[in-house]
Amino acid sequence: MTTSSLTPTRDWWRIPQRYVPVLATLTLLLVMYGVGVSQYRAFSNIQVVFNVFIDNGFLLVVAVGMTFVILTGGIDLSVGSVVAMTAMMSASLLQGGVHPAAVLVVALLVGPTLGFLMGCVIHFFDIQPFIVTLAGMFFARGMCTFISKSSIPITDPFWTSMAQERIGDPKGNFVSISVLVAFAVVLVGAFVLAYTRLGRNVHAIGGNQQSALLMGLPVGQTKIAVYVISGLCSAIGGILLSFYTLSGAPLIAVGMELDVIAAVVIGGTVLTGGSGYVFGTVLGVLVLGVIKTLITFDGSLNSWWTKIVIGGLLFAFILLQRLIGIRKK
Amino acid sequence: MSGRQPVLTMTEISKSFPGVRALDGVDFRLFPGEVHALMGENGAGKSTLIKVLTGVYSHDAGTIELAGQQVSFTGPMQAAAAGVSTVYQEVNLCANLSVAENIFIGREPRTLGAIRWGEMRRRARDLLAQLDLHIDVSQLLGTYSLAVQQMVAIARAIDIQARVLILDEPTSSLDATEVEQLFRIMRQLREQGIAIIFVTHFLDQVYGIADRITVLRNGRLVGEYPTAELPQLALVEKMIGKELDVLESLDEQSKRDLAALEASTPFLQAEELGRKGSVAPFSLTIHAGEVVGLAGLLGSGRTEVARLLFGADRADHGRTSVDGKPAALRNPIAAIGHDIAFCSENRRTEGLVGELSVRENIILAMQAARGWLRPIPRRRQDELVDKYVKALSIRPADPEIPVRNLSGGNQQKVLLARWLITEPRLLILDEPTRGIDVGAKAEIQKLVVQLSDGGMAVLFISAELEEVLRLSHKIAVMRDRQLVTELANDHTVDADRVMQTIASGTHHEGARA
Repeated sequence: MTTSSLTPTRDWWRIPQRYVPVLATLTLLLVMYGVGVSQYRAFSNIQVVFNVFIDNGFLLVVAVGMTFVILTGGIDLSVGSVVAMTAMMSASLLQGGVHPAAVLVVALLVGPTLGFLMGCVIHFFDIQPFIVTLAGMFFARGMCTFISKSSIPITDPFWTSMAQERIGDPKGNFVSISVLVAFAVVLVGAFVLAYTRLGRNVHAIGGNQQSALLMGLPVGQTKIAVYVISGLCSAIGGILLSFYTLSGAPLIAVGMELDVIAAVVIGGTVLTGGSGYVFGTVLGVLVLGVIKTLITFDGSLNSWWTKIVIGGLLFAFILLQRLIGIRKK
Repeated sequence: MSGRQPVLTMTEISKSFPGVRALDGVDFRLFPGEVHALMGENGAGKSTLIKVLTGVYSHDAGTIELAGQQVSFTGPMQAAAAGVSTVYQEVNLCANLSVAENIFIGREPRTLGAIRWGEMRRRARDLLAQLDLHIDVSQLLGTYSLAVQQMVAIARAIDIQARVLILDEPTSSLDATEVEQLFRIMRQLREQGIAIIFVTHFLDQVYGIADRITVLRNGRLVGEYPTAELPQLALVEKMIGKELDVLESLDEQSKRDLAALEASTPFLQAEELGRKGSVAPFSLTIHAGEVVGLAGLLGSGRTEVARLLFGADRADHGRTSVDGKPAALRNPIAAIGHDIAFCSENRRTEGLVGELSVRENIILAMQAARGWLRPIPRRRQDELVDKYVKALSIRPADPEIPVRNLSGGNQQKVLLARWLITEPRLLILDEPTRGIDVGAKAEIQKLVVQLSDGGMAVLFISAELEEVLRLSHKIAVMRDRQLVTELANDHTVDADRVMQTIASGTHHEGARA
C-alpha cells in the first residue's frame, strides 16, 4: 500500500472542507456588520446586536430543530404553522382562564405530538417528508383559524412579565427572556448533535441511510425523533412568539418555514443531509437578522429588499455547497 | 475438524423472491478458527445466504444454529450483537463521518450519555494499529481510498467482538499488496478463533487463504470440501456444473493478423487528448476489429481515459478523429452519434435502473437513440431482448422481472445487451468482469472475441492482467494517470512484462515491436 493512498490530500494551511461553508457565513456576517457600522453611527451600539437576537429569538429556536431534520436529509414545512398554532392555542387557553403553567405544558406537547405523527408516517410508509410535512402545515394552519378567526390578545400577568422583563447591564443594554431561552436551545441542540448517539445517528443517516441501517443504527427511531425535536422547537418558538407579540393571530408566521430553511442552508447545512452545524445555523439566522436591520437603518429601501437579498444569498450558498461537493468527488 | 463443534450450522435453508428461487434447501457449516470460502457463480445464492444469516432477509424454511442455539435474526444489528458481523462488497459506512466514528458509531464510549471523543479516537487508533493502518482517525472517511475504507469496515466488524466474520467480496477493489495486507489480518483473526466466511470470485485468493470451500449452484448446495482436496479445475467445474474449455480456446482466437489491422484507417484516433487533474495527454488509436486492452493499477487513470473518449468528461487538451475525419467527442451524445458505446464500471449507480425490468433496461439506449417520439414496437422489443437474453445467457431468462432482483454478473450482462443492441462500432468496457464469477466471465470474454471478429472495435479495461493479455491485440499501460507505453500483444509479452512496465513506468526492450 503506497503512502499516497493512506494520506488524504491535506496541507496544513488549508481549512478542512467541512468548515468552509460555516466560515463563509461568518465572513459574510462580519462584512455586513462592518458595512453597517461604517454607514450608520448608531449601528455600532451593542444594543443593535441584542435587538437582532430579541427580534429573531423564536426563529433561531425553530431553526435549531430544522437543522436536525435537514441533517437527516429530510425537510419540515410544518414549522411556521406549528409556531402559529402554538401561539393561538396558548392565547385561547389563557383567555379561557387556564393557569399559565398548564398552558405551557399543553403548548409544549402539541407540537412534538404532531411531529411524532408526521415522523411515523414518513418512516413507516416511506413517504417523502416534503409531502407529509406539507400536509402537517395545512393541518396546523387550519387549526389556527379553527381556534379563532381573529387575533386573540394575551393579558395574563406571567406572559406580560415574560414579554417585558429586561435582563441587561447598567448602561441600559438588555436582552429579553426569549433570547436566553433561545441560547439554551442552541446549546442543548449543539450538544445533542455533537456528543450524543442520537446526534451522531442523525449525521450517519444523512450521510448514507442504507449504510446506517447495515451498521445496525436505529434509523427509524432517529428519523421519527428529528421530527419530534423539530415539533418541540416549533412549540418553544410559538411560545416565544406569543411572548414577543402578546397575542395569537391565525395568520402570523406565514411562510416562516421558508425563512427557517434559508437560515439553515445559509448557515452551511447541506440540504441533502449529513453535514452541518448548529453554530452555522446561529450564523444563518444572524445573517437574516442583520439584513433586516440594515434595511431598516437605511429607511429608504422597501422591506421586500430583505427577500431579494436573501434570495441572492441562498443561491450563492447552494452553489458554494455544490462546488465543494464536486471538488470532493 | 470433525471432533469440534461448529460455531454456525445452517440447515435446509430456502428462500424465494418473486420469479426467483434463490435458495433451495441449502446446508452450511462453519467451524471456529477457519476461513471458509463460499463459492458459486452469480445468482448461485451466496449473497442471499449471507443476507438470510444476518437477518437482512427472512428465510422461508430451515434453521440457523449459532453456538448450539437456534437463532433467527431480525436484522444486521441483532446479528452483530450475537457476534455475526459482515463487511460488504460496497463499503457500507458513512463517508461524511470521521474514521473513528465509523468504527464506533452505535457503540461510542460515553459518560452520562456524552460521547468521549478523545477516548474514541484513541481506541480507533489502537484498533487500526493492530491492522497495521496508521492514519488520522479524526479525518472524514470519504477522504481516504476505497482500500482504507474497507480496512476500516473490517476494524468495525472485529471490534464488535465477532465470533463469525463475513467478508462479502472484500477484495474486488483492492490491489495485490492491499489483498496481502487483508490476508494477514484474516490469518491473525483466524488464530484468535474467529470463524471467517469469505466470499470472492478470485480463485487464487481462495487457494491462498481458505481452509474449506462450500460450493453453491443455482440456489442449491453442491458440496463442502477441504481446500487441499479440491483442485482448482474441479472447483470451477463444480461451480459451473459443466466442463469448461472456453477459456483455453480463447487464446487461439484472439491472435489474429495485426499487420492488416494496423494498415487500415483507424476507427478512432486520439491525439494528445487530456484533461487537467484527470489524465495526462495521451495518444491512442483503435482500429475496427481490434481489441485494445487498458492495463494499470486501480486509480492509474484507466477509467478517466474511457470517460474522455466517450465525452463523459470534457477534454481540455488534444484532438480526436473518427474514420480519419476530425470529430470532437464533447459529450456522450456526440460519442453515441459516432457509434461509440460505454459500459461503465459502476453498473449499479451509473448504468441500470433497478426498478425497471430487464427488457426495459435493455431497450433504454436504443429507444433514446431513436427519440422518444418513435417507440419501438413491442414485438420488435421482445425479439431483440430474447435474442440477447439468450446470446448472453442472462439468468433468470425472464425479461419481465426487475433488474435489481438479478445477481451482479447478470446485471452486467443486461448492461452489455443494452449497448450491443445499438450495434456500436466501438465498445468501451470498463471492468466488465469485476465481481462476477468464472462462468459469466468466460462468457463475456468469449463475447468480446466474437464482437471483434465481427469488426467491432473494443476498448477493454480490466484490473486482471491475464484477461487483458488473453483478449487484447494491443495493450496500453497506464501508470499514475499517464499512458506510459503501448505494447503489441505478441508472444514476447506476458504478465510479468506488463507488470514490470506498470511498476517501473518505463519502456522495456521489445516495446518497439
